[in-house]
Amino acid sequence: MHIDKDLVAASATPLALGILAEGENYGYAIMKRVRELSGGDLEWADGMLYPLLHRLRRLGYVTTEWRTPPGERRRRYYAITDEGRAALADRQRQWAAVARTLGQAWGGDPLPFALGEA
Amino acid sequence: MATPDAARTHGRVPGPNRHTGRRDDDLEADISQWRDWVASRPGVDAEDVDELEGHLRDQVVDLARAGLVPDEAFLIAVKRMGSIDDLSHEFAREYSGRMWRQLALSDDATSESSTGWGVGWWTEVGLWAVAAAVAVQVARLVTGLSDGEPWWLLTNASLLVLPFLAGSLAQRNGLTRRQWLLTAVPFVGAAIVVNVSPFTPGGSTQILVAAHLPVLLWFALARPLMAGEMASRERRMDFVRFSGEWIIYYTLIALGGGVLVGLAVVILEPTGIDEDWLITWALPSGAAGAVVVAAWLVQAKQQVIENMAPVLTMVFTPLFAVMLAGAAVTYAITGLDAAFDRELLGVFDAMMVVVLGLVVYGTSARDPSRPAGWMDRVQLVAVGSALALDVMVLATMVGRIGALGFTPNRVAALGLNLVVLVNLAGAAWLSVRFLAGRVPFHRLEGWQTAYLPVFAMWLAIVVGVLPLLFQFT
Repeated sequence: MHIDKDLVAASATPLALGILAEGENYGYAIMKRVRELSGGDLEWADGMLYPLLHRLRRLGYVTTEWRTPPGERRRRYYAITDEGRAALADRQRQWAAVARTLGQAWGGDPLPFALGEA
Repeated sequence: MATPDAARTHGRVPGPNRHTGRRDDDLEADISQWRDWVASRPGVDAEDVDELEGHLRDQVVDLARAGLVPDEAFLIAVKRMGSIDDLSHEFAREYSGRMWRQLALSDDATSESSTGWGVGWWTEVGLWAVAAAVAVQVARLVTGLSDGEPWWLLTNASLLVLPFLAGSLAQRNGLTRRQWLLTAVPFVGAAIVVNVSPFTPGGSTQILVAAHLPVLLWFALARPLMAGEMASRERRMDFVRFSGEWIIYYTLIALGGGVLVGLAVVILEPTGIDEDWLITWALPSGAAGAVVVAAWLVQAKQQVIENMAPVLTMVFTPLFAVMLAGAAVTYAITGLDAAFDRELLGVFDAMMVVVLGLVVYGTSARDPSRPAGWMDRVQLVAVGSALALDVMVLATMVGRIGALGFTPNRVAALGLNLVVLVNLAGAAWLSVRFLAGRVPFHRLEGWQTAYLPVFAMWLAIVVGVLPLLFQFT
């Protein structure tokens, strides 16, 4: 399925924050997790993940650290901060409102996907 | 299939020998070439390249595990990474401060500056500089002929020059018609206000207006410079950087011009040619034209040299910190009364403005993602000492204001002092919280950029309201 690029862009921040809320991680693994979660429907150019992660860092939503786990290569790890969690919760509320509205406009049922518990 | 696109994306890698397959050395060579190529893009720094290379290698390993030969794995990994131009563009948007250093004028702007003095240069810079020079001469001749006062020229000097700089910037940044009109509004408004005000010639309100108007009009350059994106924090930071670099370029040009005129006077002396000619014609025109040319140099040459304002800030922040801390301690011990006189507030205004400059340029040049370091602490010492000194002076001043009385000069000095005091107090408070790890650095940037309109408002008050309050004396 092709997903419109505006929609992909809008979902990028909550998606990245959501994956980091599962635990700290590095870029390549975050990308793999996106593919896995979306079943390949959400396609980013891999490189574009990094400007996004750096923006989250500037906003104070994530912290970064270069680390070399034993037997692996040196990588930059990203970890979500409290501010990042607050931003994620906020985004979840917004997406829930959007989903609710769309669901009602399209026939009274909520859209068949769960958006957090918001 | 992916191949043509991927081959384009990894561009300069020489044609691989597909038939024989590739060994690990070839892969290493490919990766290192890809790395060099990414590193040459604007907006991307060494750590980003490390990170991207790590990503590429992870991808290659996974693909190889799925059964691809290294050659194919590399091409697909590069293709998945996406267009490096887009990537570099995204990085550049995120790090406009970094860009400002590495500099990426857009491609056409680069070719423009490499071809130098083409038609584009004349419509965007040359003609505007000449127009500013001519405007100054015309104004001088007209007022000279009417045997009028030099005061009119003094008050209007900035109105004769800065609109041309605004025009040059607007032309270069390709403003829409609506943005052109909005750019003109503050200049027209200022020209009307200043020229309908019935100043007492040479009175203090007129001198205050003459001193504040250029800075107020400088803020009006923000619109053409920021191409109308007035609310963007990054564009506002660029405006601050531009202003600092412009001051440095203008100073350098003024020094060179001074040497040129000085030598010319000495060399022409034996010929008996009147050197007044140089002083009345060459000097004012050169000074006016240089305003536009310096702005062009800032934008065109920023890729050639490292910015100077941040470097000077780095050098002088610790020195000022020592000086100010020493002064604060001395004043606290000896008291202020003995040294206090009417001029002191002006001196402290100058001090506060210098410290403000150090803080703002320190902030604009700093990589926001870097953790707190010694430079942040040194800066906090400088700001804290300046605040302590200023509060002591203000306390004394307020204690005596009854005896001294309000004059236009004192109100202007006091107002400027308060405006800067509030800014520095806010910056110091955020800086303490940042050093304690409570807020991210971008909050400090946000404070400085959000505060810029306050300065403009105060300047507008001095130009538009203060003279009214003091009956234009």
